[in-house]
Parts: sequence; structure tokens; C-alpha cells
Amino acid sequence: MQNYGVFDIIGPRMVGPSSSHTAGAAKLGLMARKIAGEDVKKAKITLYGSFATTGPGHGTDKAVVAGILGLAQDDPRLRYSMLLAREADVDATVELSDEPVDHPNTARIELEGADGKKTLLIGQSVGGGNILVTNVNGLEMKFSGEYPTLIVRHTDVPGVINMVTLILAKEQINVAFMRVFRQGKRGGACMVIETDTPVGERVRQLIKDWCDPVTEVFSV
Amino acid sequence: MKDYTFRKGIELLALCEQAKLPIGEIMLLRELDESERSRDEVLGEMAKNLETMRASVEEGLSGGLRSVSGLTGGDAARLRAHAGAGESLSGGRMLEAVAASMAVVEVNASMGRIVAAPTAGASGILPGTLLACAKRRGWSDEALLLALFNAGAVGLVIAKNASISGAEGGCQAETGAAAAMAASALTELSGGTPAQCLHAAAMALKNVMGLVCDPVAGLVECPCIKRNAIGAANALLCADMALAGIESLIPFDEVVLAMKSVGRLMSPDLRETARGGVAATPTARAIAKRLEE
Repeated sequence: MQNYGVFDIIGPRMVGPSSSHTAGAAKLGLMARKIAGEDVKKAKITLYGSFATTGPGHGTDKAVVAGILGLAQDDPRLRYSMLLAREADVDATVELSDEPVDHPNTARIELEGADGKKTLLIGQSVGGGNILVTNVNGLEMKFSGEYPTLIVRHTDVPGVINMVTLILAKEQINVAFMRVFRQGKRGGACMVIETDTPVGERVRQLIKDWCDPVTEVFSV
Repeated sequence: MKDYTFRKGIELLALCEQAKLPIGEIMLLRELDESERSRDEVLGEMAKNLETMRASVEEGLSGGLRSVSGLTGGDAARLRAHAGAGESLSGGRMLEAVAASMAVVEVNASMGRIVAAPTAGASGILPGTLLACAKRRGWSDEALLLALFNAGAVGLVIAKNASISGAEGGCQAETGAAAAMAASALTELSGGTPAQCLHAAAMALKNVMGLVCDPVAGLVECPCIKRNAIGAANALLCADMALAGIESLIPFDEVVLAMKSVGRLMSPDLRETARGGVAATPTARAIAKRLEE
């Protein structure tokens, strides 16, 4: 972080005890819920590295579950999330793994919605309550969730980036950061576009309708 | 439009001098420029922080809290009772501020809501000292909000030129930074000049130079809660020294850079990894083992 604002120093408001092990963990859970886009019935959480060794003492498990239930990092109910999950009939399980991972604070979150739709998120808590999502539904990617984020799954063919960004330009949506990831030439690919203003349902539909190689569009 | 950006303490003092404004006001003007938000919006956001700080002090002092691990809790209430009994060595006012600071970190350890200032592990020092002294002195919330901006300015200079992370700089970067921020804010609230604010901050940071981050079992509890206690005392003492006209021989900016280089010289074992310091003692290792099971 290069340019600090006053609220990076005095803040954030958060539920303790640790910005990386608690607040960041809650954000990862909340991000997984947003990607699932619906009520969650089942959650299987795996914690790795320092999340696994000191997580239980930091309430990392409770924080991830709280996020999955839709609670923000400063919601005082976070400490009771396991109870809230039972009340909401959400089957949440947490496993601790000693498998080696790239980043010490890594979580893998698998969700199942009411209609059986499955969502997978792998992400890291990178310090100060900030997160980095590294994998969604098996596709490698990288985004922080600090900005409204549009994720476009598509086939890797020439011109698709141009089609998508043209629609955003026509809708006066400014792109802050953009990265493209692919599994192989002409294979499955994915654009992660962080924007200054959110991309609404209408624009997402436009992208789906006008860009043939696009297979799925969602915002978080 | 006037430019309120600063990177060093000396630049901050020059801005105060030119505009004839206190540090808190300059930091507020900087935030208005950077965020493109209105004065009411930015002050409103800080008021939410102040409200959360106040609630966390009260929750922690009410006692009865236990941390998630079960290792800590109740010490803030214990100290306040001792302060009230009138038999204390450090004096009631000092102990009230220290107890309030410990209270916030106990709330943090029990998964309660706090404001990181600048971090969760050092979250007690700023609210504890400011709110305890405000009660005695009758400082208004408006004054306290500007004092939080003052503290933000000092934290910003430390974050930009050194670090406010225990993993990078040890505890000196967390409770040292928090004490420097609180010392400066208290100095401004008590009528000190911007230069006196930075003398207070420099002295507070010097007092804990080299302090390691050695959390028992990797948790933000021991010795963090008591490090916030000494941080609060450090802040009050340095504010009083600055108000008495005592100056830091080494300027604030140089102290910050010295803190950074000390952080770099520190073994990673002494930077939040729980492999050195009190975290490596037989008792700490036994606690860590017990908690893992």
C-alpha cells in the first residue's frame, strides 16, 4: 500500500483479534458467498498454514463461517457464527490442513447452494485485513475485492477482450485494473476486471448477449 | 488548490507553519483532497471510529471478558479497581488511562469490536489514553476527532517511512507507533504546538526502540495486552515531557528511520513468528502445545 489515507491508520473497525487471521478471514468467507450469489446450505472450509496452526485461537474458523453467512468483518455477531450457522440450517465444517501452500494464511472454501450449485474459492489473507482471491471454481486468477469486480469466463479467442471492454466503455464504466487468465491456447479463459463503478445486471446481460465466446459473467 | 501532501514530519510541520493550523487540521484537509469527500462525510466516518473506540473501552472495563483461547481477560478491570482504591504508586489518572488501553485489547482478544489504531494488536493505546484523559479534562468529541486525525498524521509518517506491522518491524512498529501517535494527539489536545507534538512522538518511539514482537502461541494476547499498558504510560509520559518543554535531541523523522533499520536488523524469530522472545520460553511453548490439542 503506497498511498495511505487516514482510515488506513485509524481503522478499520473490526472484530478482533487479528486483522489478517480474523478480519481477512471474514472477508474471504463473504467473497465466497458473493460469488455463490445465493443462500448457502453447505460449506466445507479448509484452513492452511498459519490459518491452521493459530487459526482456532484467532477465531479464523468462526470468521470464515460468519462471512459465508453474510456478516461483515465488523459485525459483533461474528463470534457466535457457528451458532448462527446451525440456526440458519447451514452445514458448515472446518478442517485444518498441514499441506504446504504458497501463502501462510490460505483458505479453501467450497459452498453448495439450496439448488445444489457448487462454488469454490481459494484465497489468502495478505495482511491488514486485505485479501487476495487466487482461484474461483477451479480457474486461477488474482483479485483483491477492494473494487467492484467483474469476472467474465470465456473461450480464449482473438477479439473477446475488445468486445467486453467496448461494452464497458459505452456504458461509461471505467476500468481500474484488468487481468486475463487462461488454462491453455483456445481453451477456457477468464477476465478479471476491477472497475470504479459497479457493473449491474443489465450490463452483464449485454456482455452475455453480444459476446459469443463468453460463457459466464458475474460481479462481486 | 493548496497541496497538503506530506511524507516526512518536517514537511508536516512546514504545512502547519504556513497555514497556522494544528496537525489534526492539516491531516483532515489532506484527507478531504485525497478522498474527494466532504468535511462532514470524513468527520462522520471518524466519529464512527470514535464511537466504536468508546464502546470497546466500556466493554473491556466492565470485566467478565475471556479471550477465545481462555488465556487472558479481566486485567483491565482489576487495574481500574486498584486505581480507584487510592493506594496506587503511579497515580489514579495514569492508571485509568492504562486500564482503558488494556480494556480495548482484551475486547479484541475476546472477538469483540475494536478500531485498529494502527493495528488490532496495538488498538488500546490511542483510545485508552484519549478517552480517559477526555473524561478528566472535559475534551469535546469535536476536539477528540481532530486529535484522531493528528494521530493519523503521525501514524502515516511512520507507515510511509518505516512500518506499522509487527511482522516487518516488531512490536516497536506496532505499540511504539501507537504510543507515538497517542503522545502527539495528547500534546495537541493539551495545547502543545505541532513541533511539541512531534517531540512527544519521537520520544515515545525512542523509548521502545528494539521492542520485539513475541506473541505467546502466536495469539494477540500475551504480551500484547500488557505492551499496550506500557504503551499508554509511554504516551502520557512523553506528552507531559513535551508539554514541559523537553525536546527530543534526535528529530522525529530520524527516529522513524532508525526504527525501520532496527526492524530490518531484527531476526524474523522476533517479528511475530512466535519463535523468539517470551514466545520461545518453556511456559509459552507448553501453552502453545496445549492449545493445539
